[in-house]
This record gives sequence, structure tokens and C-alpha cells, in this order.
Amino acid sequence: MLTKLTGGRVIDPEHGINDVVRDIYIRDGRIVDAPSDGKIDEEIDVRGKIIMSGAIDMHTHIGGGKVNIARTMLPEDHAESLIERTELMRSGCGHAAPSTLTTGYRYAEMGYTAGFEPAVLPINARQAHMEMHDTPIIDKGGYAMLGSDDFLLRMMAANADQDAINNYVAWILTHTQALGLKVVNPGGINAFKFNQRKLDLDEKNTFYDVSPREILQRLSRAVTELGVPHPLHVHGCNLGVPGNKDTTLDTIQGIEGLPMHLTHIQFHSYGTEGDFKFSSGAAEIAEAINRNKNITVDVGQILFGQTVTASGDNMRQFAGAPHAHPNKWVCMDIECDAGCGVVPFKYKDQSFVNALQWMIGLETFLMVDDPWRIFLTTDHPNGAPFTSYPHLIKLLMDKSFRNDMLSTLHPEAQKATHLASIDREYSLYDIATMTRAGAARLLGLADRGHLGVGAAADITVYRDQPDREKMFSSPDYVFKDGNMVVKNGELVKISWGTTHVVKPHYDASIEKSLKSYFDKYHTVKMGNFKISDDEIVDDGRGSLTVQPLKQGGKL
Amino acid sequence: MTDKQSDGIYHDVASPFCGIASDDLVVEVNGNTVTVKENGDPVTRHGFETPLTDLSPRIKGKEVSLDEAVSHIAGLLKNSKQPLIGGMGTDLNGARAAMALADISRATIDSQFSDAAFRNILVLQDTGYMTTTLTEVRNRVDVLLVVGTDIEAAFPRFFERVIWPKESMFDQDVESREIIYLGKKPSGDASTSPGGRKAEVIECDDADLPEVISVLRALSNERTIQAETVGGIAVSKLNEIAEKLHTAHYSVITWSGSQLNHDHAEVTIQNICEMIKEINDSVRCNGLPLGGKEGDTTVNAVSSWQSGYPMRTSFSRNMPDYDPYINRGQRMLDEGEVDVLLWVSSFNTEGTPPKTDATTIVLGRSGMTFDQEPEVFIPVGVPGIDHVGRTFRCDSAVSLPLKKLRDSGLPSTYDVLTAVEQAL
Repeated sequence: MLTKLTGGRVIDPEHGINDVVRDIYIRDGRIVDAPSDGKIDEEIDVRGKIIMSGAIDMHTHIGGGKVNIARTMLPEDHAESLIERTELMRSGCGHAAPSTLTTGYRYAEMGYTAGFEPAVLPINARQAHMEMHDTPIIDKGGYAMLGSDDFLLRMMAANADQDAINNYVAWILTHTQALGLKVVNPGGINAFKFNQRKLDLDEKNTFYDVSPREILQRLSRAVTELGVPHPLHVHGCNLGVPGNKDTTLDTIQGIEGLPMHLTHIQFHSYGTEGDFKFSSGAAEIAEAINRNKNITVDVGQILFGQTVTASGDNMRQFAGAPHAHPNKWVCMDIECDAGCGVVPFKYKDQSFVNALQWMIGLETFLMVDDPWRIFLTTDHPNGAPFTSYPHLIKLLMDKSFRNDMLSTLHPEAQKATHLASIDREYSLYDIATMTRAGAARLLGLADRGHLGVGAAADITVYRDQPDREKMFSSPDYVFKDGNMVVKNGELVKISWGTTHVVKPHYDASIEKSLKSYFDKYHTVKMGNFKISDDEIVDDGRGSLTVQPLKQGGKL
Repeated sequence: MTDKQSDGIYHDVASPFCGIASDDLVVEVNGNTVTVKENGDPVTRHGFETPLTDLSPRIKGKEVSLDEAVSHIAGLLKNSKQPLIGGMGTDLNGARAAMALADISRATIDSQFSDAAFRNILVLQDTGYMTTTLTEVRNRVDVLLVVGTDIEAAFPRFFERVIWPKESMFDQDVESREIIYLGKKPSGDASTSPGGRKAEVIECDDADLPEVISVLRALSNERTIQAETVGGIAVSKLNEIAEKLHTAHYSVITWSGSQLNHDHAEVTIQNICEMIKEINDSVRCNGLPLGGKEGDTTVNAVSSWQSGYPMRTSFSRNMPDYDPYINRGQRMLDEGEVDVLLWVSSFNTEGTPPKTDATTIVLGRSGMTFDQEPEVFIPVGVPGIDHVGRTFRCDSAVSLPLKKLRDSGLPSTYDVLTAVEQAL
């Protein structure tokens, strides 16, 4: 069956196409050339409408232990946003910690066709995949989390050579079915188990005598040398600590030019100036990002209201627990592998700190020059639920709306920002870059994030509306792998996306030391740790898509 | 995917029958006979070795085909005003199918283990907790405080696997680990160290635990206590425990929800959990709730990610409604609110449905016997014996793959419930 989308205004940054009227043809889930015989089976008139590829959320906590703890602990939040079952859709709940089914439906309804869980604890990866398996429509994938696991730290303490570390990283990525590698508070989650309460970039873990800087260098080198497309995904030291902008600047310098993605940078861009000893470091951070082309960031914008913070960083979550709202929280040490902390939180517009966090996020968006190196996230649900993306897009695209919002916030915070004087407004092309082409390129998704011939037909069609929040809340059509899943803002078909992974080669000799490690110290056997391809396919709804490694990837 | 080596021997088999889910079992399979050859214990041997008997579904005691049984169940659910899906002794995919069926049939869903599980879940939903997992304990614990629980009765290999490994990762002398029982005394010697050091046992009645734990928490917070004894225990003795918790490097406090059987045990657990948080202001201390056998942890996890809520959720309004009191399955049965009970118990022949006037459908383990023959009985496969599956361990962080060990031809709970859903 050949479908033609006729006359849309195409925005496709991967091909440098900005608002050009083009027809798009879809066959067997792919974008194809115009048929030579001109024969089409179905034509959809999209004249005047904006066409982009499906949006990609490159950092969203949609599956795994900590998200599920958040769900279980927040019945009162769900009760405000229950979702009824329909002929098509299962029932569920929305808002801060939505059910997996609702997550998939809502993403699709907003024109998103992929979401990536950024904090997959290797020992908990099986659960992350189970939950993503139950998340309909969108494609998914995860970044395996290392850096506080005892196996790596033992290797580093023993001064293992880089090849051995690469081998271990490749083994982890393969057997956790991951797309990328993440590090969270490098070494800090481990240090907390030894009762260390903070860990600066050059501070040593008391047991291993290893610093976060060394962990970042080792892991970043591993990802680069293995040819994994997505650079090391870094949640840095000292999240949320006033003055942490210096740590972030040091982190950028310390990576010595290797590719590195700094996630939810807003939470790492704080100074200590002013009466409240809390100030914006966004200008300095943005300047460093602009200068260092090896660095990419996503923002982790906060928006006001109730949400829940769920993180692998139990050291920092424990420190933040006194701010829990409502007053309940969980911290866990997990399996000599990592940890997690879940702290519900309400961002208040009349709080100086929260208002400034909002401003710091927006300053960062507006002061980083290159939309290919900055990504639109709220670190769902940590800064705000992903359902607030259309509102965030409006803040970026509409200066007067932004300044109206700004003028309602804590007055002292308003005095501490130059946000009102920033004229930049994101264009549709910038938004498409940030949420499509750039994200796909960053993750190494060869056939997603663009509208070229051969691409997967993940396509979103918007009505061009001056109110960008309305426009991005409810596209006219969404196609997932060529199937129309949304029409006039409503779901019309449920499909199941694929799981994107990388499979770097590793030398099987690593299993000798791993097996002995599992046998001696663990309560799980090495063979049972590994997640088979069959588990991803599962009941037949799931599938695996192995993304190619970069050329020159070794091992 | 199996590690079958030769002559029907399987290695690294995980057990879903116990919440610590040991995965080092060696199992021999001969036709339909399964024997645990190595690393077995009373719980896992019983679980794996229960013989296969019934292979055919029955309606009112009469053998029928699976198709007939499925369409009969669909008919019962279609005409039901208030179905209850109970038992919930199943694995990942069984739980998924039960949730899908509950959603479409507007049923309420609850597990046979909820009374115990909710003693922890209610704490999570009210104040939260700090917990750890089995491998962390294995390598780090220096003081283990066991509250009101005879661990080895329910988790026979807990001490061998978690407390007394040959070596720990962090240069700790394992022999130096201190075990303190507060409340119930242990029924055997599993807690005795390899070198022969016995656990310290400070006994009291279960009914006194709320008071004893309150005083322990007060002492941990350096409050002055006027009383000299509480629940028959010298306050000075409790003070020693408090001091140990504050000087340990990585103390662990453990309990089993099913053994803390006194009224409002959740409040005792909450007191323990709040004390743990307070101790963490200066040193590391963690909780380790034990439980989670036969799919208990699994079904609550699946229910939470699919609906937002754990067990005790109703779909009667066409959307999930959670109420740990109103949606307690046994309460609904006792008060005659349920007309159709669909009971899932695929691990254990003893996990039979409660006595009820409601029309009862049982998806049970082959060999189950009934005082009163249910309307429909379908013998289903055991996850980890008759079909592959996945199960969560008590600490919720770890889930394990379950192997298929034999070809019994029995359908899985997932197969049956999915067929029923489709028939609706």
C-alpha cells in the first residue's frame, strides 16, 4: 500500500529542508520515492500543514525500578488523573508517574515516536525492558548505567588497561540490551555505601581510591573506542548543590576533548552569589558548551507543580529528601551495582530557588547557540512530566509569553536573571533539530529523525497555529512506521515500537573474570544476569533493532 | 536458552518458590519428574518436585477441552456484576494477562499474599523507606537485626547465601558479623556463624513488638526512657542494640511481612523504617523486607506499572481505583460482594481458593485438591518448570529468568487468560 501525504510544508533539518512544500510517500513502513507510474492507494491532503519526523525524547524515565517505586508510592497523584479504558486503549493513570500504557499513548498523541530510558541499572535492566515492552506505539531503548558498580571500580583500582574496560563496557551493553552508556554521580553512589556524603570531581572513593574524573575518562574513552554512537551520557557530580557550576566546568575540561553528553544540565548550573547564596551559572555553562564542540547537553527544564524525582543518584537524593513533598521518600542501595532515590517534589513559582531553576533552564536553552547540541527535556518526571513539553516549546518560541510568565515569579528571582532581555525565539526548524534530527544523530539512529527516502515513516503533521503550545499538544496526524496512529489529535491505532540497541563486539575472555566475580560475590548467576533477545521479543509484540557502530569502532 | 547439559540435568535454575529466588539449583528432569539434585531446601524441593497429576480442564468436575473451559470462563465473566481476580500466584506474563483481563472485565484484582505485602506497601505510600538488596547485604552487612521473624522457616538458604559467604568484597571478616534476633527466636541454627558463634536472641511476644520497636527507636534518638523493661526486655538491652546500630558501618534490619502478624503491623514496620532513616543521618543502615514468594513481588510490580497501583485495585468504573481496604479480596468475598472469583495459583497445590458462594474458576497447579469442586478448574503450567517465565525477588530490584524444564503440555496462565480476554 502506497500512501501520499500531499502538499505539506516539510521541515527536515537532517537534509537542510526548512519549510519547503513537498509530497511524502510511504510504503511498508518506510518513506519512499514518488512511484514512477504515479499510482497511489491513499492520499492525505496536508496542504498548509507542518510536517516533521516523529519526535524523539532522548532522556525520559519511563521504565525500571525507580519509576515503578514512584508509581507505587503516589496513589494520590494518580487519583487526580485517571484514564478511562476505551475500545482502543487500556485504562491507566497520567501525570507525574504515569502507567506504561498511558505513557505510550500520550507520547504518540503529542507526536513523539521514540523515548529513551536513561538510567538502566544493569541488574535491573530486565525490569526496565519489561516496562518498556508494555509501553505502546513509541520506540524505546535504554542507557546502561556504570560508574558505581564494584566490578568497574575493582578494575580501575587494579589499574586495568583500557582494553579490558572497553571489553567490560561492551559486555554490559550487549547483555543489558542497551543503546548507550550512562554514568550517574560517577563513583558517588558507591561512595555513599561507604558513608561518604559528597564526592567532588577529584575526591577519591575511600575504599577504591578512584575519583569521578578518572571514571568519566575511562568510560568516555570506552564508548568512543567501541564506536558506540551515543557519547557517554553523564549525570555529573554534585547535582543540585549551589556552586556546582564549577564542578560542571571542570567536568567539561576534564574530559579532554572526548565526546560527552551532559544531561539535565540545568541541575548542574548553579552559582552561590546573592542574598540567597544561589545564583544562575547558565551564562558560563552555555559559553563553555558553545566553545567545546565535543559537548552535548539536554536541559532538564523544571516547570511548576507537583512531580516526583527519581534518580540513580541516591547520595544526592538522600541529601534532598528533607524537601520531599508530600513528605515520603525512598532510597535504595542496589546489588553492588548502583542505587536509586525517589523523592516527590513540588516546584513552586513563589520559591526563589525554584523560580531561578526555571530561569536557569531557559537561559541555557537560549544561550547555547547550536540546536544540534542541546536537547529538549524536563528529565521526565524530575523537572516536570513529559506532557508539559508543548508548554516548554511555547516558552522557547514566544518571547512575550515567556516574559509574561517570568513576571509572575518570585520577585527576587526576577532580579537575578537577564532572561527578560534575551530576544532569541526558537524557530520551528530549531525545534525540529532539537527534538528530531539532532536527537537521532546523537543516539546513532540511522533511519529515524528525518524524512529522507529510506527513513522509517515516523511522521508528525501539525496544523500551523500561532499558539505553539496548542500546536504541539495535538498534531493532526502521527504515523508510526507508516501506520496512522493519531488522527486529529486522537489515537486511532495501537502499534508496538521496536527496542533500539547496540551490540559492540567483546572478547569472550571477559566472562572468565565476570563468572568468578558473580559466583564469589553475587546472589545472581552470570548466565541469569544476561537478557536474551527472546526476552525483548517476548510475546511477539517486541522487536530488536541493532544500530550500527561508528566506523573505526574497535574490539 | 536452557543450560541443559546431558541426561536431563539443568544448571543455574532459579526458584520462584522462595522470595530470595536462589538461582544456583541443579535440577534433574526425567519425563515429567523433576528432582532438585543440588542446592535444594525444603521449600524449593517441594516447589519443584510436586508431581504432575491432572492434565485436563474440568467444568463442574467433568473433563472438557481447554477451548470449552475458556469459553465457559468468558461467559461467566461477561455476565458477572463484580468479578474478583484473586490468588495471583503467577509470573510476569501471567500477571500481564490478568491485568488485561481485569481491565476489560471490570474486575477487582488482589493477591493471596496481600495482607503481608501491604504491611510494607502502606509504609511506602505513607512515609517511604531506605532499603538494600541481597548482594549488598552479602558483601557489606556487619550487624543484622532480625525483627519478629524466624527467617529460616520461610527462607531456608538466606543465611548460607546472604550472611555467611566464604568471603565478602570489602575485606570484611565475615565471621565477625553480628546477628541479633528481636522478637521470635530462630527455629534452627542457620544463623550460627561458620565458626560456631550463635546469634543473640532477645525474645518477646509478637504482640509486644510495637512497644519494643517504639522504645528502640526512642533510644536510637537518644531519648530518655523511664521504664526499665518493655515487653519483658530490659531497656538496657535495647539500648545496646541502638548503640550497635549507630556504631556499625552497614547495619541491616530485616523482617518478613507475613510473620509480623499482629494488628497494624504496618505501624511497627513504619517505626523501623523511620528509625533507619534517622540512623542514616550519621551512619549507613538499611531495611531488608523479606517476602515475595510465588510471584508476590512480581504481580505488585506489574500492576503498578500497568495501572499506577499495586494489588487491591478495581476496574469497575472502567479505570483503575485503588483502595487497600475496600478492594481487599477476602473482605469482598466475606461480604458477598463478588459473584465470580477467578483464582490463579500456578506455583503451589496448597494455594487453593477461599471458601465462597461466588462461582469459582481456578487456574491452579496440577494436583490441586478442593473441598468443593470449583465451577471451572484448569491445571496450568508452573512458571520455571512447564514454561519459561520471569519472577521478581523480594528486594524488587532483581528479576530472574525462569526455565522450561519439561514438556507437560499444560497451558500457561498467560495462554489461558489471554484466550479468555480475546473471547470477551
